[in-house]
Amino acid sequence: MPVSEIDLYQTFKERAYGMREGAMIKQCIQCGRCAATCPFGLGMDFTPRKMVAALRAGEFGNLLEGHGVWMCTACYHCTSRCPAGIPITDVLIPALRETVLIHGRGAPVEFQNALQKVMRYGNPFGESPKKRIAWTQEAGVPVNILQKTRAPVDVLLIPECYGAYHQRGRHITIALARILHRLGVNYGVIGPAEKCIGDARRLAGEFGLFELLVRHNAAQFDKYQFKLIVTLDPHSYNAIKNAYPRFGHTYPVMHYTRFLAEHLDDLKPLLTKRLDYTVAYHDPCYLGRRNDEYEAPRALLKAIPGVKMVELPRNRGNSLCCGGGGGGVWLDSYIKQHVDTDRPSEKRLKEVAHHTKANMVATACPLCLTMFEDARKLLGYEDTVETADISELIFESMED
Amino acid sequence: MNILVPLKQVPDLVEELEFTPDGARLDTTFMSMIINEADDHALEQALLLKEKHGARVTVVALAVGEAEEMLYTALAKGADEALLMAGDFEDGVDSHTIAALLTAICTDRDDDLILTGCQAVDDLDGQVGVLLSAHLDRPYVGLVTHVEPVEGGLRVHKELPGGLYGTLQVALPAVLGILAADNPPRYVLVSKVMDAMKTAPIEELDAPAGEGSTGFEIVHMDKPEAGNAAEMIEGPPEAVAERLADLFVERGILN
Repeated sequence: MPVSEIDLYQTFKERAYGMREGAMIKQCIQCGRCAATCPFGLGMDFTPRKMVAALRAGEFGNLLEGHGVWMCTACYHCTSRCPAGIPITDVLIPALRETVLIHGRGAPVEFQNALQKVMRYGNPFGESPKKRIAWTQEAGVPVNILQKTRAPVDVLLIPECYGAYHQRGRHITIALARILHRLGVNYGVIGPAEKCIGDARRLAGEFGLFELLVRHNAAQFDKYQFKLIVTLDPHSYNAIKNAYPRFGHTYPVMHYTRFLAEHLDDLKPLLTKRLDYTVAYHDPCYLGRRNDEYEAPRALLKAIPGVKMVELPRNRGNSLCCGGGGGGVWLDSYIKQHVDTDRPSEKRLKEVAHHTKANMVATACPLCLTMFEDARKLLGYEDTVETADISELIFESMED
Repeated sequence: MNILVPLKQVPDLVEELEFTPDGARLDTTFMSMIINEADDHALEQALLLKEKHGARVTVVALAVGEAEEMLYTALAKGADEALLMAGDFEDGVDSHTIAALLTAICTDRDDDLILTGCQAVDDLDGQVGVLLSAHLDRPYVGLVTHVEPVEGGLRVHKELPGGLYGTLQVALPAVLGILAADNPPRYVLVSKVMDAMKTAPIEELDAPAGEGSTGFEIVHMDKPEAGNAAEMIEGPPEAVAERLADLFVERGILN
């Protein structure tokens, strides 16, 4: 028979209160800042504030059956603004999601599919692990695959699943590989044995799968000699920086924007081609709000000849989420069912069109880029607003 | 209600398939295997029946490929008992032999309902459920998409040709070939599979005597030949999309 509501509540409490700062949930003052700041707050049956209220009122079953738990794109707005310091993004939502998954029903199918594929293939696309290095064939520069060469490198580059498999994401990885090559950086990638770094699995409440991925990837990292991990996307950066150490696996890690910013003196002379773009920079949640990296991406953009950088009205810690994080990239139709307004990515591009003179939105996260590419098409902005990852713009400026 | 769900391991098509040197079989040396999709639906349907109406669900598999992991996953999802049949299955097992083995097992059991997947993707034979029902002298309905208990048995939906569905009533005990469960197969947390591995034992048994024969022999296997009737559209995504849009207009699908 199905597990009883009381048992599920017990499971939730053990999980949530056992996590770092999880017991802070009890300190909620019901102010509602979380709901007001949430990109999907308007469409949630249970906002974070109401989630805590439901816990207190013994409405746990309704909370689990509702859709609010699955609307979260893990953008960190609520957590960053909560006056009681409740880890909403890292604890409350994932622990609730885990409870729904234990319950066996109610999780969106697309979300479950992504988990299933990561579990089986190490990537959410259900692609063959062997194809993880397919992009290296198109890179046009030599890529040191450590599984084959076992050569010591200075930089271990982590393309992650989007950078390795997704068509647009691969374009970013290739641009970055070419930049590293031109800079003369001794870098390499693990190879087909790299798996999903796992941050989205952690936020999905699939803690067991996340732990398996941490152990697997850490065992891979430990096989090879490198001085620094450089990640393509802010989510894997976040996981390796903040979550892997909790399992006893600590590595020096940088997002690529910081790495390149620290090599700006070597990079600048290579940026020879003027780019005639007015660029609005979109701060990715897990680079900016979560990890306080605001300067490196801006320094890179300002270093590109011809680029005029402008700020969006909501910038830095106030940056609007693209809607792709926390599993949101899989849940477009599910979320749209419950919030029939513009998607966050559409709102963001309208902000660009109406409040700036930018003809280019630059970002530093493959998920943001995917979401913006779709939004451009939905809004009919294809001729007016372009989107690119910073690495793509840098590489474009390198071409003669 | 006691429900038995036979689960089959089939090649995982995410990797390229290779043949043995004689070309008569798939080379299983590096082949990864996965639960047959229709069997996964059969399990889901059994679990849904258990949750809604109460039942004891037993899963059974031949010791092939990643069968143990598949059975632990089934236990973690909510199956009550798992049986693993050990035997010499390296050269592959045809549907008639599987049906004979299952018949031998079922004769000693009192299952009210046997849910098989309606077809496996490796041989596309679709005969296991049919043969099993004949051996056990029970009714069979295939291509089933919905099951609910009613007075005197089950009411089932069956897919018919031409996009039609039929509603049938079946007396128990019965065998059903499941095409799709009422819900997509559920995801089970890794921690629950781990718990199942620790706490829920798989009962291992030697494959009973029982052999069937399909009466045919595979002489040679070939990869599908590329025909020339289809136009393969290649190039960058924009060009592919443009060509597709033109085609839709050409064929009157779009205006």
